[in-house]
Order: sequence, then C-alpha cells, then structure tokens
Amino acid sequence: MRTLRTLPALFSLGFASATAYRAEFVVWALTSTLPLIMLPLWHAVAAEAPLAGFSESRFTAYFLTGFVVRQLVGNWASWTINFEVKSGALSQRLLRPIHPLWFYATESLASIPLRSVLALPVAIVAIALADPTHVARDPLHWAMVLPAVLGAWAIGFFAHVAIGALSLWMHQSIKVVDLWYAGFFVLSGYLIPIAVFPAWLQPLPRWLPFEYVHGFPIDLLTGAMSPARALERLGAQWTWVAILGLLALGLWHRGLRRYGAFGG
Amino acid sequence: MRERELVRAVDGVSFAIAPGERVGFLGPNGAGKTTTLKMLAGLLYPSAGRVRVAGHVPQRREAAYLDQIMLVMGQKQQLVWDLPPADTFELNRAVYRVSRADFTARVGELSELLELGDLVKKPTRELSLGERMKCELVAALIHRPKVLFLDEPTIGLDVSTQVKVREFIRDYNARHGATLVLTSHYMDDVAALCPRVIVIDQGRLTFDGALDALVREVRPEKRLTLRLRGAIDEEVLRSLGALIERTEERVVLQVPQDALSAAVSRALAAFDVLDLTVEAAPLEEVMSELFARGRAAREGRADAADAADAADAKEPSE
Repeated sequence: MRTLRTLPALFSLGFASATAYRAEFVVWALTSTLPLIMLPLWHAVAAEAPLAGFSESRFTAYFLTGFVVRQLVGNWASWTINFEVKSGALSQRLLRPIHPLWFYATESLASIPLRSVLALPVAIVAIALADPTHVARDPLHWAMVLPAVLGAWAIGFFAHVAIGALSLWMHQSIKVVDLWYAGFFVLSGYLIPIAVFPAWLQPLPRWLPFEYVHGFPIDLLTGAMSPARALERLGAQWTWVAILGLLALGLWHRGLRRYGAFGG
Repeated sequence: MRERELVRAVDGVSFAIAPGERVGFLGPNGAGKTTTLKMLAGLLYPSAGRVRVAGHVPQRREAAYLDQIMLVMGQKQQLVWDLPPADTFELNRAVYRVSRADFTARVGELSELLELGDLVKKPTRELSLGERMKCELVAALIHRPKVLFLDEPTIGLDVSTQVKVREFIRDYNARHGATLVLTSHYMDDVAALCPRVIVIDQGRLTFDGALDALVREVRPEKRLTLRLRGAIDEEVLRSLGALIERTEERVVLQVPQDALSAAVSRALAAFDVLDLTVEAAPLEEVMSELFARGRAAREGRADAADAADAADAKEPSE
C-alpha cells in the first residue's frame, strides 16, 4: 500500500533525474543504434533472394522495430547497484521504509518517456516504410504487446539486479554484465534474427531468456507468428520473469547481509 | 571472488540509551563507532549479539522501525546531486506518508531555523557543503524521527555553520524529545550536544558515563591560567602545580582538583595577579590521553603475552 502510494513520487523523481541526465540518455541511445547499422548489411544479404523468409522489407521492419523495443526495455540497474554498493550510497536507500528495488525500477521506467522521444520518430518511419504484411494486424497480437514489452523489461531488470547484487560477493560484478550482453547480442535476435540461425541452432534461444527481451516483442509487433504461438511465448517469457525475479531477490537479500555500508 | 578477512569491528559493546537522551560515541579512527551506529540504524548485520532499538531489531529494517529513525552522515548524502533538495523533500513526504499540511509546516519551520530561503530550489550540486548539510538535515527530519543517528554531521563545515548545525540538532531534541546518538571527531560537537559519552576503542566499550566524569577520570587536574605583573618568585610558582606554559606575563599550570583552592589563594597572595581562570583540560587533549592509555595498555598486554610465549618456548629445553 505504502509502495503504491509512493510510486507517483518515485516516477516523478525518476523523470526529473532522466531529464537532468538527458545528454547521457542521448549518448546511450546512440550506442543502441547497432540494429540500424546492421540494416544495410542484411539488405545486401537479402538483395538477391529472401533469406530464411526475410526479404529486404522484412529486415527493415525487424531492425527498426528492434531499435524501438530496445529504447523501451533498456536497463542499467547493475551499474547503479555496483556503484552504490562500493561507495556506500546504498545506505541511504536502505534507510527508507520502501524496498530499494523500487527506486531502481522506477528510475528505469520513468526514463521511458524521454527515450520515446528518440524511439517515436523511428517507429513512425518504420510504420511508413514497412510493407503492411510486416505489421501486426490481429487485435490479439496488440493485446499482448504491453505484457510482452513489460515482460521484456522485467527480464532485463531482474538480470541487472541479480548481477548488481553479486557485487556484494565480488570485487567487480560488473564484468558479469559483459557475459549477459554477450548472450544478448548473439542469442536475443539483436544483431541476427533468430529465424535466420541455422536450423540446428534455432532451438537454443528458446531455452534462454535473451530472446524474450528482444526477438519476441519484435515478432509480436511485426505479426511474425500466430496469436496462439505468441501466447505460448508470452507464457515462457513470464516464466523467465519469475525465475530471474526470484534469483534477483534471493541474491539481493542474502547479499545485504554482507553489505559493508562503506564510507560515511 | 573477494578475499575476506574476518575482523571483529565491535566486540562486547553493551549499553542502553533512554528515550530522549543525547549520547556521543567517542573513539579513535577505526575504533568501531560508526560500525556501532550503522548496526543501530539497521545497515549492518551483527554476526552475534543482540541489538534492539525502539522495540525493533534494526537489521530487519521493518517499515515501522525505519519510520521512527534516521541516520545523517556527514560524508554521504541522500539529496540527488543534480536535482534541487525540494525534490528529495517531496519524495520523503511520500515515502514516509507525511500529510501535505504537516509537510509544508515542517519544511517551513526547518528551513526557517536553518535560514535556507530559496536554496532548496537550486540543484544540490550548486550548493556549498554547509548549505547541503542543512538541506540534508531538513530531508532527514521531515518524518520527525524519534531516534536520530548522526555520523560526523559537522565534518568539513566552517565554524559558524558547525555552531548553527549543533544548535539546530539540540533544538530538535528539546522540541521533540528525540533520542540523539552522535559520532564526531569534533569534540565541540560532543561537548555541546552530549551529556553522556560512550567510548569505544578497538571495538570495545571502555567508558560509559557523563562527559564531566570522563574528563575528571582521565585528567583530574585543572588548568590554572594566570596573567601576572611584576617580579615572580619561581620557587613559589613551581610549588603551585606542574608548569605547562610560561611566557613573560602568562603562566599555565596544571593543578590537582583537591589542591586547587589552596593554589589559587597562594597565587593571589604571592603575585600581582591581573587575571585568573580555572578550566578543565581541553577535551581534545583528554581524549588523546585516553586513547594513548588504551594503546599503551594493549601494547603492554601484547608484550606480556610475547614474554609468556617466549617463556613457554624456552621451558622444554631447560
């Protein structure tokens, strides 16, 4: 109850912070333009003939949608937690009668409006350029967009919290983020759509969380699968949210027993 | 993985503090004062022992406990660096469920006491250290905590701001009956705020009682300062007490408490006295003597242990 009533103030502070750090957000957004850079490469590959069902126009729809998804579900809590554990700044969050993870979560979610300023024009271009066959038309698809985007954000968030909480055991848990991103770049469909993976490799991403952060919301928005299949994947996505959520909370609460509250 | 070495930061520290008391933790650097304070505030988990504050086990950090306390750290801030302090005040209003009317009244009152004016609307990064500390205090007191932990609250502040902050904290205790637990390297903070002190050295409690009693115990002598004119009989002067300082017309003597009145009478009779003051030894000096004694006692124990080990080692060959 207290948390619910505090959320507007947390969002308001998060939005004010995001606005104060807008220059950093622009830089971050520029670093997430890799899918746009990949686009001409894939166009060249698909120029002669479609690759695994991907024509040039489908690649366009896929990577522009990917850019938008990335803006909506980006997370950085592991860096913040690492810094706050090392510097002792976490103490100030622990002193308040509200779970610290709400601070990190609202900080990330409250920056979405700002990141949408960059995402929105790309989304408009994507819709204008896209072949209508690559935009979801079934209302069932659209009904699943919000839970799927939220699920994608939540997987990323809990993964970051889990990695951040490792800093209570390790000197530099931030190195573990590199592992997460290595998996993300290769197995989420961020650089290479999973549909163009060799057949023998295609089942692998289905058993890992990465695809549910990126490829799945894109497939949903571009109508690349049946509503029944989408619902099945939404279920798998939220199973990952639950697994990573439990892992993150477990690591966090066990880790806090080791917190040194340095400085001060 | 991180290499860990187990160090007992605090060991066998046992005390009780009554509601509304003002208590100072004293000790040399690394003595365990801040560790104790952080345990009381629920930031650190004690590996053994029992801590209860306001009927709660601090490390559980229950909302009902956190609603009643606050820890203000001179070197750590809760204000968001790039946003105005007013934004943090507003967040704390929501987090601690303070009504709008109470919030407005409290922030108004605290800001007036600390002469903050429009500073709270400027980004925190543009404020001076003293201004930031004052805003920290406002942010910390919006929910009117019953127990206030203060870790070096005046560190780095100029003298006049230190005085202001001390007066403010004292006033908060008087108005609201809040319990104050303070650590500070500035003895003036302790002298001004804490009738009771707890001395922690090497993680152990070495004194718990009134500050005056501590001073009397460590340095029972008083400082007798005389401003003299005319000829001075050196023999009489030396018979009054131990000579600490001597200039042409100013003399500082250290005199045992029970010999003080006799020494003053003799001084007035023997010399042409322009001015005379009697003071306790400066608190800094008392504390450094106390900590030096603690070090000496430990070294003595270590030497004795080494000697015993050496004796044990020799025994079989004899």
